[in-house]
Amino acid sequence: MINLVINGLNVSVEDGSTVLEAARFLGFSIPTLCHVDGLSPYGACRLCVVEIGEGPRAKLVSSCTYPAEEGLKVRTASARVIRARKMILELLLASCPQSKTIQDLAAAHDVRQQRFKQEYEDCILCGLCVRMCEEQMMAKAIGFRGRGEKRSIGTPFDIKSDVCRLCGACMYICPACQLRCTYNEPEKAICGACANLAPPCVEKDQFDDMMCYMDPCVACEIQKDK
Amino acid sequence: MNQAATTESEKDILEILAKHGDDQGGLIAILEEIQARHGYLPEDALRTVADETGRSLVDIYGVATFYHSFSLEPRGKHLVSVCVGTACHVRGAPMIAEEFERQLGVGAGETTPDREFTLQTVNCLGACALGPIVVVDGHYFSNVKPSKVAGIIARTREGLDEIEVETDERVFPLEVNCPHCNHSLMDPARPIDGLPSIRLTISFDNQHCGFNRSCLYGSFHIKSQIDIPTDTVLYFFCPHCYAELVSASNCTECGAPMVPMVLRAGGMMQVCSRRGCKSHRLDLEGVHV
Repeated sequence: MINLVINGLNVSVEDGSTVLEAARFLGFSIPTLCHVDGLSPYGACRLCVVEIGEGPRAKLVSSCTYPAEEGLKVRTASARVIRARKMILELLLASCPQSKTIQDLAAAHDVRQQRFKQEYEDCILCGLCVRMCEEQMMAKAIGFRGRGEKRSIGTPFDIKSDVCRLCGACMYICPACQLRCTYNEPEKAICGACANLAPPCVEKDQFDDMMCYMDPCVACEIQKDK
Repeated sequence: MNQAATTESEKDILEILAKHGDDQGGLIAILEEIQARHGYLPEDALRTVADETGRSLVDIYGVATFYHSFSLEPRGKHLVSVCVGTACHVRGAPMIAEEFERQLGVGAGETTPDREFTLQTVNCLGACALGPIVVVDGHYFSNVKPSKVAGIIARTREGLDEIEVETDERVFPLEVNCPHCNHSLMDPARPIDGLPSIRLTISFDNQHCGFNRSCLYGSFHIKSQIDIPTDTVLYFFCPHCYAELVSASNCTECGAPMVPMVLRAGGMMQVCSRRGCKSHRLDLEGVHV
């Protein structure tokens, strides 16, 4: 067990825990955007910054990737942390203002202005969809491409991936790309799930009435017509 | 025809993959080799690499798009890199880049329609004192002025591997003997580069003929009685004692056997037996200079 001090309270957590987990265990809320339980920590959005250390050596780190250390002193809501967090939210708003998730976070943290050049990106490169696709869906259909300002997320060669099952998990997890839905163009690279969803019994005759969850059932209607 | 070409390139890639084995860290080396062979990274090649190595296509594509030196588009025969880093920039690199764009008729990052030149700008080549720098196919041109651009393009069209014997200090003549009979291999009757050449006999595919190569270390000029296809591994023989010249060691670049010759001043010279491979080694062990 590792003992550390968060906001003046002692806590002991298991080896391998992160500062974020330790803080949440104590009930301190730290906002996150690119962190989801079940996906590996990535540290992209920096919203979860906390201040560690004391005096002039104090520094800001992202709590979702920082491992809990023996004797570590953490402040999750110091003035410096709040200032940094507001700045990060302001920058996120500048790049992706249409995202409901980011709007809500900004409102919750009392961000009332946006002083930067307004852009309308549909991606903040948080990597959630990439990790979701790889770690939970075991597909690895999408990934990062390019670098620097040309960095983007998508399938190789921008064509529909062989390993993509159109599960839609990438869109489910995405905090920014509500606008990316290409619902009636199933050949588009990332998703076309809602246009491609077919009840399994249309192709495989193995569901009987008892197992059917659709009401009214599209497949039954089709079969009735035959 | 097209079908044959595809399988041919796929065979190429399988060969490269076999060479690198199961080394998980070797992706960049594999991609570099494919790019060296094809000039760019074809989509099919990346798919083959993914299938054969068990890596996912996403990872390979990510690496291929991350590094500036990889290209997914076919590139020209000659790659012109104009440095526009800070030091070159203040010495007038933008003018050089513009001049290249004007003379080649393409913008930076583009290839001429005849597939001869690809022009690109790079951000620093690490030789700032020599700026502005232009690199064409690995050959560095320093202190380039806009007036020199036409000359660089013309030299590239002629072939940059042509060596200017009079001015290039890196080439020097060697005199060699057969390692078996110690008879001189020099042939004053058939000069190459204005100097006596090295006379050998070669055989490949049941053909035998005389073969002369330049005695200049660093020059790759040859004269052969019959045309030798590139990449053929040749067998070399002494024209005097008819013994085969073959070394115990293999070429570090292509794996073909090396051909040993004794230097008259002492030491050994070894050249690769594969036509087109420029690997060579000068072994001066035991020579008192």
